[in-house]
Amino acid sequence: MNDMNKPVNQKAWFLILPVIICVAFSAIIPLMTVVNYSVQDIISPERRVFVGTEWFVAVMRDEELHSALLRQIIFSCSVLAIEIPLGILLALSMPAQGWKSSAVLVVVALSLLIPWNVVGTIWQIFGRSDIGLFGVTLTRLGIDYSYTGNATHAWLTVLLMDVWHWTPLVALLGFAGLRSIPDAYYQAARIDGASKFAVFRYIQLPKMRGVLVIAVLLRFMDSFMIYTEPFVLTGGGPGNATTFLSQYLTQKAVGQFDLGPAAAFSLIYFLIILLLSFILYNWMQSVGTQNTQESGHA
Amino acid sequence: MARIELDLAHAYAPNPSQDTDYALLPLKMQFDDGGAYALLGPSGCGKTTMLNIMSGLLVPSQGKVLFDGQDVTRHSPQQRNIAQVFQFPVIYDTMTVADNLAFPLRNRKMPEDQIRKRVGEIAEMLEMSGQLNQRAAGLAADAKQKISLGRGLVRSDVSAVLFDEPLTVIDPHLKWQLRRKLKQIHHELKLTLIYVTHDQVEALTFADQIVVMTRGRAVQVGSADALFERPAHSFVGNFIGSPGMNFLPGTVTSGSIALAGHDLPLPADVRVPDGPVKLGIRPEYVALQARAGAGTVTARVQRLQDIGTHLMLTADINGVPVKARLAPEILDLNVGDSVTLQLIGPHTCFYVNEELVP
Repeated sequence: MNDMNKPVNQKAWFLILPVIICVAFSAIIPLMTVVNYSVQDIISPERRVFVGTEWFVAVMRDEELHSALLRQIIFSCSVLAIEIPLGILLALSMPAQGWKSSAVLVVVALSLLIPWNVVGTIWQIFGRSDIGLFGVTLTRLGIDYSYTGNATHAWLTVLLMDVWHWTPLVALLGFAGLRSIPDAYYQAARIDGASKFAVFRYIQLPKMRGVLVIAVLLRFMDSFMIYTEPFVLTGGGPGNATTFLSQYLTQKAVGQFDLGPAAAFSLIYFLIILLLSFILYNWMQSVGTQNTQESGHA
Repeated sequence: MARIELDLAHAYAPNPSQDTDYALLPLKMQFDDGGAYALLGPSGCGKTTMLNIMSGLLVPSQGKVLFDGQDVTRHSPQQRNIAQVFQFPVIYDTMTVADNLAFPLRNRKMPEDQIRKRVGEIAEMLEMSGQLNQRAAGLAADAKQKISLGRGLVRSDVSAVLFDEPLTVIDPHLKWQLRRKLKQIHHELKLTLIYVTHDQVEALTFADQIVVMTRGRAVQVGSADALFERPAHSFVGNFIGSPGMNFLPGTVTSGSIALAGHDLPLPADVRVPDGPVKLGIRPEYVALQARAGAGTVTARVQRLQDIGTHLMLTADINGVPVKARLAPEILDLNVGDSVTLQLIGPHTCFYVNEELVP
């Protein structure tokens, strides 16, 4: 019924033209350039050959890519498994009001203000076993620590660096979520005799869900695209222990100038992130409802 | 269940030095076991503070709280075994209606079959039986508040159930229904109920005893009838009734009162000290007289409002306004007419320094 009353005015398309232009230049045209590269073999600036899906097939069969992807997935899962609970814990223990709250917020947010490459440099020095506080301490404790020589150490150092750098983001988001809970909820919980855990489980966690979804997505996407910090810290080594997807991509595109495979790889990379984010988002959105259905039957 | 005694004062800031520093001025009060009480007063009068002190959410800065003679000032709400319902609905989003109602019982480790029975009873009482397995988050505000009420009532062994303006978010017609329900529950369960509100109708219909509060002070405790007939403080006269009591400033000299250009003899049975005084009379008791007599004044009609059930007359006695509630069949009045009003009668009260002269 409403449709019949709507005035038809084709000129309205002009109103969304600025948006279309912006999006075209910021996203669609660059993306299409990549698509263009991915289906051609560029031999020299003048000579190019259309190769269809050949690059995609080649990239999909690339063993090195498989291991980089596996490494990447393990890394992102570890990041989420550590940073989300740790961030929530931090948020819960932060003071809620007064100057203490402000002071803690500033301290917690500090690491977020440091540029990525500086973070890498900081940890590069921090972890050195001759002059770095972290490295020297571990060496004194009798651990033969070396992030340049030992693959496990390199891996753990990159993970620790990411946790140090980004857990505060989760904590800040969680803190914002906690602050939005009205006092009456806590009072009611006290009246209802709820334990600390019950308050967390039935009030704080559900109320933080919105911001936690954002935190998980941000941390997932960011960690999945991690480049600068391991590049500065380990350069992907030792061997290829810390060569994550974007490093491998850069090696291909910049190092070997294989633009075709690199473009095909980029598109696959993009689709993987999109797909995993989509799955994560939908899963997290449905968590609360499923719980209820279960207890509804109980 | 318990008899609650308060002997305390509370200030939110440390070191209170004057009356305005206190959220609650020093007071002594007793709530009997099984009674239905209302704390009535305008916003900011300290009624919620008093409620939170009783429930144990707040520790008073001075004095103590006794439950059945036992000092519980520093006990938690759980130790006091108090139930409280808040102004805005508090529900546990991820739970069903049934789980919400069962929450206070589960936290106290009640056996599951008893919980189910009790939740069923409460749901029945609140007419929510059909929604027990529904998710609480998706419900409307009034249904959520019913759940909050239900969580307050689900424990049968509580010392008292405290309500902090619980019907503010509820639609008017449902408000009546729920208030009746609470009254009925009070009769059935014989719980001590204490109800905070700023709505006099709510207080008067719900409670047997009403505590009227203003600026951190409890100015009168009494039945609806007492508050209406003999307001202990001019604030109560003003606050209770719609419109409130008429107050006319005057001066008493040896058995007669001079007010608004009239000199009226006081009845023999009232003993008002000489000096400035306020005469208080409810609009309901200001009677229209055919001719002047003892305790009458002449006034000029300023405004007449037909409110359907009655006629509201605003008259002017030499510059002092007075309101009278008249029967609707009085039709021969016009603005500007001169009328004779009975001001002194059995329902007239006198106030010195805002306090009722007994």
